[in-house]
Amino acid sequence: MERMIRGRAFVLGDDIDTDQIIPAEYLTYNPSLEEERKFFGKYACCGVPDAQSGLPDGGIPLVAEGAWASEFQIVVAGKNFGCGSSREHAPLSLAVAGITAVIAEFYARIFYRNSVNGGYVVPVESTVRLVDEIRTGDELEIDLDQSVVRNRTSGKEYQVKELGEVLPIIEAGDIFEYAKKAGMINS
Amino acid sequence: MAMTVTEKILSRNAGRSSAVPGENIWVNVDTLMTHDVCGPPSIGIFKQRFGENARVWDPDRVVIVPDHYIFTANPQAHRNIGILRDFVKEQGLKWYYDPDFMNAEGMPSPYADPSRTSYKGVCHIALPEEGHTRPGEVLLGTDSHTCTAGAFGQFATGVGNTDAAFVLGTGKTWVKVPPTMRFVFEGELPPWLMAKDMILAVIGDIGCDGATYRAMEFAGSGVYSLNMEERMTLTNMVIEAGGKNGVIVPDQVTLDYINARIAKSGTRSDFEIIENDPGAKFYFEKHYDLSTMEPRVAKPHSPDNKANVSEVAGTQLTRAYIGSCTGGKVTDFVAAAKIIDGHECKVPTFIVPATTEVDAELDKVQVNGRTLRTIFREAGAQIGPASCMACLGGPADTFGRLNDAAEVCISSTNRNFPGRMGHKQSQVYLASPLTVAASAITGKITDPRDVMTFDSMREEAV
Repeated sequence: MERMIRGRAFVLGDDIDTDQIIPAEYLTYNPSLEEERKFFGKYACCGVPDAQSGLPDGGIPLVAEGAWASEFQIVVAGKNFGCGSSREHAPLSLAVAGITAVIAEFYARIFYRNSVNGGYVVPVESTVRLVDEIRTGDELEIDLDQSVVRNRTSGKEYQVKELGEVLPIIEAGDIFEYAKKAGMINS
Repeated sequence: MAMTVTEKILSRNAGRSSAVPGENIWVNVDTLMTHDVCGPPSIGIFKQRFGENARVWDPDRVVIVPDHYIFTANPQAHRNIGILRDFVKEQGLKWYYDPDFMNAEGMPSPYADPSRTSYKGVCHIALPEEGHTRPGEVLLGTDSHTCTAGAFGQFATGVGNTDAAFVLGTGKTWVKVPPTMRFVFEGELPPWLMAKDMILAVIGDIGCDGATYRAMEFAGSGVYSLNMEERMTLTNMVIEAGGKNGVIVPDQVTLDYINARIAKSGTRSDFEIIENDPGAKFYFEKHYDLSTMEPRVAKPHSPDNKANVSEVAGTQLTRAYIGSCTGGKVTDFVAAAKIIDGHECKVPTFIVPATTEVDAELDKVQVNGRTLRTIFREAGAQIGPASCMACLGGPADTFGRLNDAAEVCISSTNRNFPGRMGHKQSQVYLASPLTVAASAITGKITDPRDVMTFDSMREEAV
């Protein structure tokens, strides 16, 4: 696991549900098939209403029209990120689009679990509301050792929560690698 | 140590004497359910991680219920059914409910007779109907509304494909033990209200993140006077408050339902009723007086965007929808038929039974001497076959899907975040089947009391 995650921010609001992250019409693709997995990158966050996509200005898609991956690497969001449907396609689509970490105030539990157990994105929890502080396009640096996020565009620094009890799974890579290390399943 | 129902079930399945909220514990899974959307990727991960020739941990404990993308011409959706069929055959899985009419390309012609197909429809209603819900057990499913089964006194929650694949190979999962929020409904539900109004009131009060990482228990005389279908509506929507699981301690109504279904299906009959220990600690307890409750809606675009129907009455609609695991059961259609009978739907109205069993009941159950199907047909409603259908939008050719930005729909379904039923600018109001029916016959949001006198409407639906 990278202890230092760097990238450009893509900012969203509160209660972004998994239907907005990957609309149900694209769930016919099977992410276990390599030739279909790429569609999850293409359509990542296309269900977010235009005005709420890429705050504070809005009107910025996570993945540009015709592209297969995003120009952004870190999603910054408000409360209850990933609520709604249990579809694992949601954190998967962010990962396929090139997102490595999400920073939100807190997560819906199934999204959080899927992100960690599937090893898709690192779900970081902020201690303050960063949606009002960070602008889409800002250059961010998440320092997991220090539990801080630095906005290199504005020069400001914010405390984030430690990854805590899920850290061993994130460090192992996913739940399977963790279980192998713990001797629960054969390698 | 005194424990709640949820804590007791988890501690038992972890082989421990206690389970404390906040602890992470490994538990044995009693049943794993999956469907056509999350089954294929779960199977893919299972084979990738455990090997092409791997066997599931217990073929008798895996239940596969295709339900989401059945009535579509989408070729990947058809292919996904093929993946399920191959896996079922390869693993010798007994509990699989095949859409046996789905054998060619293009839009499938639905089953000719709902009583004569192996297909069931929406998994969360199919599970109890087919005898797969049992008190005291741990049920995981690759769908957020798996929490529905908590109505039968079990721990039931939704998981992703990776967790499902892990369970397929090991029979185990890790669970963070949730503290329990308790919701007690006192009194008797007036005939113009349904369980949907109760749960919308709760979600409106605590918010769509109000129960995140917590269990929600429903209790009180107002809950125990409900039939099982209505109780399922309560537990079904705990996920809309972020809840991990919903639970109702079983009573005789629960046991009568379960025993009849197990006897019919020949499913596992060993189970134990788990109750709260005296002195169990709850994170929170809130009481509701049903005599003062009003018909509720959730306005666009969140299940917690609360209002009484009276506050939004008159809002012009373009569509009404009655269906899904939340609002497509027999009780839901009986309630709707009582309002719709003798009227004409003023906006396009879509009727989608949750399961083939519910579909068959449309021809058997009567209101005012006429079958539910006759009442809906004569009112001009369109009746589709059993499936999740437009509740979650789905492929563009899905029956009832909101394909236009200008659609304003009132729906008995569970979720109304942007784009949930189709176009991301369309608007969805969530309401009870009674309120949806009242609104269907007027074309605008309408309190059921404004179109019907409820004096004679006291009898239990089914």
